[in-house]
Amino acid sequence: MKEKFIRPILLISALVSIFFLCGITITLFTESLPLLKQYNFIKFLFGTHWYPTCYPPELGILPLIVGTLVVTLGTFLIAVPLGVGTAIYISEVAPHKIKEFLKPTVELLASVPSVIYGLFGMVFLAPLVQKVFHVPIGLNAFTASIILGMMALPTVASIAEDAISSVPRSLREASFALGATKWETITKSVVPAASSGIIASIILGLGRAIGETMTVLMVAGGAAQIPHSIFDPVRTMTATIAAEMGEAPMGSLHYHALFAIALVLFFITLGFNLLADWISHRRKV
Amino acid sequence: MKKILVLLTLFVFICSSMFAFTWPWAKKDTGTLTITGSTTVLPIAQKSAEVFMDKHSDVNISVRGGGSSVGIAALLDGTVQIADASRSIKTKEFKAAREKGINPVGNVVAKDGIAVIVNPGNGISEITIPQIAAIFTGEISNWKDLGGVPGPIVVISRDNSSGTYEVFNELALGGGKVREDAVVLASNNAVAQTVSQTPGSIGYVGLGYLSDAVKALKVGGVMPNNATVNSGAYKLARPLYMYTNGNPKGLAKQYLDFIWSAEGQGIVGDLGFVPLR
Repeated sequence: MKEKFIRPILLISALVSIFFLCGITITLFTESLPLLKQYNFIKFLFGTHWYPTCYPPELGILPLIVGTLVVTLGTFLIAVPLGVGTAIYISEVAPHKIKEFLKPTVELLASVPSVIYGLFGMVFLAPLVQKVFHVPIGLNAFTASIILGMMALPTVASIAEDAISSVPRSLREASFALGATKWETITKSVVPAASSGIIASIILGLGRAIGETMTVLMVAGGAAQIPHSIFDPVRTMTATIAAEMGEAPMGSLHYHALFAIALVLFFITLGFNLLADWISHRRKV
Repeated sequence: MKKILVLLTLFVFICSSMFAFTWPWAKKDTGTLTITGSTTVLPIAQKSAEVFMDKHSDVNISVRGGGSSVGIAALLDGTVQIADASRSIKTKEFKAAREKGINPVGNVVAKDGIAVIVNPGNGISEITIPQIAAIFTGEISNWKDLGGVPGPIVVISRDNSSGTYEVFNELALGGGKVREDAVVLASNNAVAQTVSQTPGSIGYVGLGYLSDAVKALKVGGVMPNNATVNSGAYKLARPLYMYTNGNPKGLAKQYLDFIWSAEGQGIVGDLGFVPLR
């Protein structure tokens, strides 16, 4: 009797997420399509000027794509060594007591709202970066990468740690038995064995960085230019959508262009997730 | 486990159905006014709504932001009675309104001056509108061209769809394009904060966001303040509107009359905007 109720309820809960995914996809497509009728898609993707409210409007999103990629690359360079290092330390090196303390602390970092990271970056880190590196402005790709790196770190560390911990004990023992040192065991046996999980953790962490909106809106500087250096202010796709959607007249070219940016972003993050999925399945032993 | 699941589901259903039933009842016998629009006007609308509701306990005013365009779109859809806007209605929007049989009327509730600000450490204290345009479009990029201490000018602007940008662009830049490498921030506060932290920077904010942390420049020899904005001497200023369908009537009229009263204009001044008198 009970089962009769529970099964459909669970089914509905499972279907809800599919329903929303379909809804999002359909909305993105239908709201983006009017742009393609009025504006050359190649000019949209590879144009280097973003002046949506000028006449005639220029809707080139290449600076926004490059801005997103630069910040993501910066995040990668910060989050990967720190995240994987943290994971190895927690799983392989740390004494039990430190491990018990460190793991929840790192995971706590993931629960800090992004606007708080943004405030911290804007009020504390940006002036510091400006003074230390003698750059004109502290709100730039570098500062944004540091903050996003901190935000991606718990994702990378937590999932990579799970992957490393699940490497069978026998593998480590075999390595030690062959006379390998602890360091050799970690780098030559444990990490390679956990590599699919580690790579998946990195891709998921970067997925968070690409989609992050509030923080980059506050600390990346927002200049729609193709940056010449890591210390130039940049504008990401997410920040553009968030900042401009509220004031873009509904149904205008600008409005549809913002949806088209969202669609491009959707495909980029989808690509990342498929890649993560593919890697973690391909290398599973 | 199954029991818990069933209980949990029941709990959620009961809660949500209670919510659905009680909500309309709570609102039923009160006068309701819904306001949406410009985030610039939002504090005025919000604060005067609070004071107004204190005086009229049977009235419920809900105020939301979203932006001038969102507000006007909502007025056109008939979902709000008042649309806040930091710009006048666009021809396109006006046409759309007439097609729907709506007659948008702009009621000026306050004025907003836009101050051009620099870091307090900057020696410059006066600027002209052509100089502002040259700086923001990228013709001038060093302070020495303005007679200041040599050093790069860090241009700080607002999002191209914010109302403040729109007015600044129109009044100061004559529709020119802001240089591409300008830092673009999402709010008045962010601009003031960044200018106060960045020695070579220049930005612009609403008059209400001025503080000792930044230095407001004289524009064409006129200091931005309430008197110069209302007299028209200070050129970088704009009216703030509350749009209604036709002339305001009923509760919307009561509410607007309150904002126009001495007390309402006092609130406007307290919030850092320029009162109409």
